[in-house]
Amino acid sequence: MSRRLLGRLCLLAAAIAASPAMAQNVLIRNATVHTAAAQGTLKNADVLIRDGVIQAVGAGLAAPAGVDVVDAAGKPLTPAFFAGITEIGVEEVSGEQATDDSSVSLGNLQPMRPEFDVTLAYNPASVLVPVARVEGLGFTLLGAGTGASFIAGQGGVIRLDGSADPIGPRALFIRLGGGASGLSGNSRAAQWMLLDQLVAEARGRIPADSPHALLTPAGRATLAKYLAGNGRLVVGVNRAADIRQLLRWADKEKVRIAISGGAEAWKVAPELARARVPVFIDGLAALPSDFDQIGATLENAKRLDAAGVSVGFTQSGDASHNARKIRQHAGNAVANGLPWEQGLAGLTRVPAQALGVDDRLGSIAPGKLADLVLWSGDPLDVINTAEQIWLGGKTMPMRSRQTELRDRYLRDSGALPRAYSR
Amino acid sequence: MRLTLMAGFGLALLCTTVQAATPASRFIQDPYPSTYRPLASGPVLIEHATVLTGTGERLDDADVLVQDGRIAAVGRGLQAPEGATRVDARGKWVTPGIIDVHSHLGVYPSPGARAHQDGNEMTGSVTANVWAEHSVWPQDPGFHTALAGGITTLQVLPGSANLVGGRGVTLKNVSATTYQGMKFPGAPWGLKMACGENPKRVYGGKGVPPMTRMGNVAGYRAAFIDAAEYLKKNAPKDSEPKKKRWWQRDSGEGQDSSGDSGGKRDLKLDTLAGAIHGDILVHIHCYRADEMATMLDLAKEFGFKVAAFHHGVEAYKLADRLAAEGVCGALWADWWGFKMEAFDGIQENIALVDRPANSCAIVHSDSDEGIQRLNQEAAKVIASARRAGMGDITPEHAIRWLTANPAKALGVAAQTGTLEAGKMGDVVIWNRNPFSVYAQAEQVYIDGARVYDRHDRSRQPVSDFLLGQEVSR
Repeated sequence: MSRRLLGRLCLLAAAIAASPAMAQNVLIRNATVHTAAAQGTLKNADVLIRDGVIQAVGAGLAAPAGVDVVDAAGKPLTPAFFAGITEIGVEEVSGEQATDDSSVSLGNLQPMRPEFDVTLAYNPASVLVPVARVEGLGFTLLGAGTGASFIAGQGGVIRLDGSADPIGPRALFIRLGGGASGLSGNSRAAQWMLLDQLVAEARGRIPADSPHALLTPAGRATLAKYLAGNGRLVVGVNRAADIRQLLRWADKEKVRIAISGGAEAWKVAPELARARVPVFIDGLAALPSDFDQIGATLENAKRLDAAGVSVGFTQSGDASHNARKIRQHAGNAVANGLPWEQGLAGLTRVPAQALGVDDRLGSIAPGKLADLVLWSGDPLDVINTAEQIWLGGKTMPMRSRQTELRDRYLRDSGALPRAYSR
Repeated sequence: MRLTLMAGFGLALLCTTVQAATPASRFIQDPYPSTYRPLASGPVLIEHATVLTGTGERLDDADVLVQDGRIAAVGRGLQAPEGATRVDARGKWVTPGIIDVHSHLGVYPSPGARAHQDGNEMTGSVTANVWAEHSVWPQDPGFHTALAGGITTLQVLPGSANLVGGRGVTLKNVSATTYQGMKFPGAPWGLKMACGENPKRVYGGKGVPPMTRMGNVAGYRAAFIDAAEYLKKNAPKDSEPKKKRWWQRDSGEGQDSSGDSGGKRDLKLDTLAGAIHGDILVHIHCYRADEMATMLDLAKEFGFKVAAFHHGVEAYKLADRLAAEGVCGALWADWWGFKMEAFDGIQENIALVDRPANSCAIVHSDSDEGIQRLNQEAAKVIASARRAGMGDITPEHAIRWLTANPAKALGVAAQTGTLEAGKMGDVVIWNRNPFSVYAQAEQVYIDGARVYDRHDRSRQPVSDFLLGQEVSR
């Protein structure tokens, strides 16, 4: 009874949050609208936003009363971009442990903790949020970093509008291959051995009170949820041979997976396409950074796409503080043969679909959240910048801690030290 | 064979001449000399290109003539000498070869194996005695991916774990079996120093000095006090009045003044003394504005000059002082926040450092990924400056961040970094305006030789390491 009441209150609160008082009504006129959906690119098109949701997309839309009208002057309008798999809001300064909640290392207390949910540490007041947002990034997949186990734990999709909670299903992060073999007894072969055991525990084939159990009761329940098809396993893996094993395992266990990294995924492209596994690649990986990435090539995206694989982007470098660099990954993939529309899709529609939030995010179409960006030019080219971002129809301030610092030092120093200027 | 010998002889002559003009102090004698020889090449006339000369000029529909390994002429309607290869560069852009002042290629090579961690001699906080070149693995595939991004010259530095990390070396980005075969003839060494978090973390964590920033500064000062004394005892003769005694021989054992020193050579102090003497250029990893100011005071205290601050995410806070003191800022376009001293990084840093008169802004990489696309890093700076209302930075200006300015910081501006007659034939042909994510280096020339061609597999070097691996290119 009381639980039901609480649920109703929550619904009410959600309705208030989405009310017109909070979310503006906007008509964006005369944009080059890259819908990232079936409509493709529409020139001289308008987008009407009501109550934070896209109501209409087309030419010559009428402006209803009380709607702010923005003239886009023909500039590109896209869905707000995916920031990649990041730790935005769960790490503030990478080198300062107390500000970094991205991974768990429980050591002797049963290190395998799929129930670990990194989104519980998310801080919407993090300065990383506006820094990413002013660059046209609207949502990210908060990822659990690899701690004491190659089963890293869960993350989820966060919109960068300052809201506190994830949307859509959670994702479970797993890391495979040479980089994680130290967490599986120094052999990647043992990763499959351990995964088989974890699945057996989650499916009840190994009794919960077995002295050999690796999972806590909560861990079993969590893993069982994913095995039942609720949420995706996001598997960090690069070597083609490991990807093949993964495809075989996912087929056997009937789990939905996505791959992150995938430096050698192009070698397995037809199999990935057949299994409908989306791949989040690092678009700048061109070097054999380790022995799992001997086949890294800038043509990875092009080749995967040509084989029919859904290609999204994520960064292996400083993915969180420099999340804005993700556009450069898509741009370089395009420079190396990926069709431009697919480059855009890799930052919009593909991640939204892969993460189960495409009902709201990732494309410009009626009914979708008005998470939009107006750009100074081709948004995949680093020579251009985001001019305005709307999230849920709200005109977000194009300010961040970095623009404040910039503006303080752009000005001539006055009679007082700069500490007095803001 | 004969040709090679002749070329070698010519170069040797050249080097001798250079050395004779400015006698090398013993601190910079090189027992590991360059064996680099430019590849044989005929004259090349690049025609009808948009040319960014690196001197601040942009020439439309212009030609660049490279002959005998050198830039012979830049201008319109140049005549092709007999036997010249003509490159139709309509719609393409031509720039000087790109120069990265901060690389760890070869010392932290790919693959990043444990056995390849050769960049930080973390056995003591002052290791001025180590030379990065002795760690360089010439088979690092990163040299080739950098070449595909237009890199023709790079400085390979020791890492930043130490207060004084050791000597850096400037290489031409050519394929060779030995690093000596890549060594930029006549380029001065760099001295790598580091401020801030890294040294104090590495050593403080072990309970040995330095543990704090004040410990850092005490460490530099102690080292330079030793070096100053050593320098006094071993001052190179060319900087001193001749004090020839009757028992001394006429011409000394060249420049080695160890006979006067009364002591054995100290590799550590050789390097520091070379820095004070101005023969070794000082490159300091330093993030915060206040620490850069401290290092400038340190430089005054011991009489050395800082060639460049590297990384300097807060360089924008003292841009005027850097320009006034002629110190370059070798910086990233957008890195920040990965540690406390990087928390104030902004994307306009390079543009703000570039803004004062006589500034020397440099886009550097410190990354095997960044070095592949320094042009894109510069594009991001242009874009950020425009958004901040700092105006449109022209391509002819921005290219200096990647060419002329780093050449200056490395002390090789007389040889490379601009397309001026007489300079090395280090040239990049881009498929378009290089300040775009879609820009690609189509051809790269080093000393007049076509060492990379995107459309000609016979001019795409492949490292021994990648040979036979299942790599499709």
